Amino acid sequence: MSPISAIVRKEIRSYFVSPIAYVVASVFLLLIGLLSFLAVATASNRSLQMLRGQGSLPDLNLNEIVFRPVFANMAVILLLVVPMLTMRLFAEEKKLKTMELLVTSPVTITDIVVGKFFAAFTVFAGMLALTAVGPLALAPFAQFQWEPLLTAYLGVLLMGGLFLSAGLLASGVTENQIIAVILSFGGLLLFWLFGWAGQVFADSAFGKVLSYLSPLEHFEHMVKGLVTTSDVVYFTAGIVFMLFLTHRVIESQRWR
Amino acid sequence: MIQVEHLTKQYGPKTAIADVSFSVEKGEVLAFLGPNGAGKTTTMRILTASMPATSGSARVAGYDCFDNPREVKRAIGYLPEVPPLYTEMTVVEYLTFVGRLKGIEPERLPGALDRTLEQLSLGEVRGRLIANLSRGFKQRVGLAQALIHDPPVLILDEPTVGLDPKQIIEIRQLIKTLAGSHTIILSTHILPEATAVAQRVVIIHEGRIVAEDSQDQLSARLRRSEKVSLTLKSPTPDARDRLQTLPGVLSVHQADPATFLVEAELGHDLRDDLARFAVRNEWGLLELKLVTMTLEDVFLRLTQHEEGVEAHP
Repeated sequence: MSPISAIVRKEIRSYFVSPIAYVVASVFLLLIGLLSFLAVATASNRSLQMLRGQGSLPDLNLNEIVFRPVFANMAVILLLVVPMLTMRLFAEEKKLKTMELLVTSPVTITDIVVGKFFAAFTVFAGMLALTAVGPLALAPFAQFQWEPLLTAYLGVLLMGGLFLSAGLLASGVTENQIIAVILSFGGLLLFWLFGWAGQVFADSAFGKVLSYLSPLEHFEHMVKGLVTTSDVVYFTAGIVFMLFLTHRVIESQRWR
Repeated sequence: MIQVEHLTKQYGPKTAIADVSFSVEKGEVLAFLGPNGAGKTTTMRILTASMPATSGSARVAGYDCFDNPREVKRAIGYLPEVPPLYTEMTVVEYLTFVGRLKGIEPERLPGALDRTLEQLSLGEVRGRLIANLSRGFKQRVGLAQALIHDPPVLILDEPTVGLDPKQIIEIRQLIKTLAGSHTIILSTHILPEATAVAQRVVIIHEGRIVAEDSQDQLSARLRRSEKVSLTLKSPTPDARDRLQTLPGVLSVHQADPATFLVEAELGHDLRDDLARFAVRNEWGLLELKLVTMTLEDVFLRLTQHEEGVEAHP
């Protein structure tokens, strides 16, 4: 067994021995469940109205009126929830001085950073998989296309990965978990607002850069069922860059 | 086994250690002695290849700490001052994780685990959560962590700090049993500890090595005179002055009404003369002993000398 998988296993395990994973997953799933219910209820209201108005059952696109709002809101919930998953990854190790065990073991800092990221990503992906209950429960009663749903899930996975890597960086710079949460939440929100700022300066090159930097637009493409190289590159490059910065931060702490 | 040459580490403008050089032979136990903040931990961190030095070089088991950190880390078992324990794990879970982290092959891991548990008598707590263990057991789990991959070199940062006397003796005993088969560096600011376990002592103060030698030679080198402590039952008031008149006596210091500290020239053992003198004067000889310089005195003299303060006799 390679040391890196030892780190991944240890991290995943520690999510489940502390209440963090359970609390975060419960809150996340509760909100997503409620959101899905509201979206479906709205859709059925609307179809009843149209039935009364037109006298015939309208041809509603469920992907459009149910899943898109659910995924758009899921992005906002992730903004709140993901920092909770990453806050302790480095901060706690530094606080409890267990970081010393990791840096004096025959593993590289890359192993440590990547191991921790994969552990957080696995827990996140597991949490996300549970939300598939929604579409699966809806499938016998309604007709919708699975493909855009799958690309939307790919989008959530990629965006979640980006948020996790940013959260890991925030956890790397401090030994205080509260500060890690605030830093990652603030940072993610800032990038989120770049999307809006990009619209304000839409006709300038600066605006275009801002829009590209914000995860919002890339994510929306994927929710619509559109997977472009540009968007996939944006997310994977973002993740790699954040992990690289985390590596630099942890590396620099060895010198102090 | 360990060669350190002209090692210097600066944290910004602050110099943590300056031009530190020493070496440790295979199977030797070396104690690093110094007050808190002297640079002991910094030196150890550099040796574990977890922190780069500003200048100078360090080699462990033939590998350079800067160029081959992975090999160095594999050769070293390190116990930091605060044992790096994941308290939400059981002892076995923790040691299994450390074993994997240190790169022990899966098929050898159960054997290594049993050997380490046996070595540190941790069998009875193997399934307990580390959080619920006593301080002494936690320290032993910390040592187990350093030993699980059976490294040739052990670096122990203040291994007995915060333990009760019985636990301290246990840990020292353990270090003694490990000596010989392992090369050990341990740091301490508790002086008798260095005496108890190490063959050689390096005294470090404000980032510099102020003395390095075996313990006997250190005290011999620093002893400038022979001192004898004399306790009398009923000394006459002029006892101090009369002792002064004995041949070879340099000075007499009266510690309390009945105790005298007689200092003589180096190589001049006064005990016989003093005993006779006391009996002849009918002072009632209660105690007579040679005052040897303890490591404590050596330490104080060396470190206080730096600040221009003379050590107490």
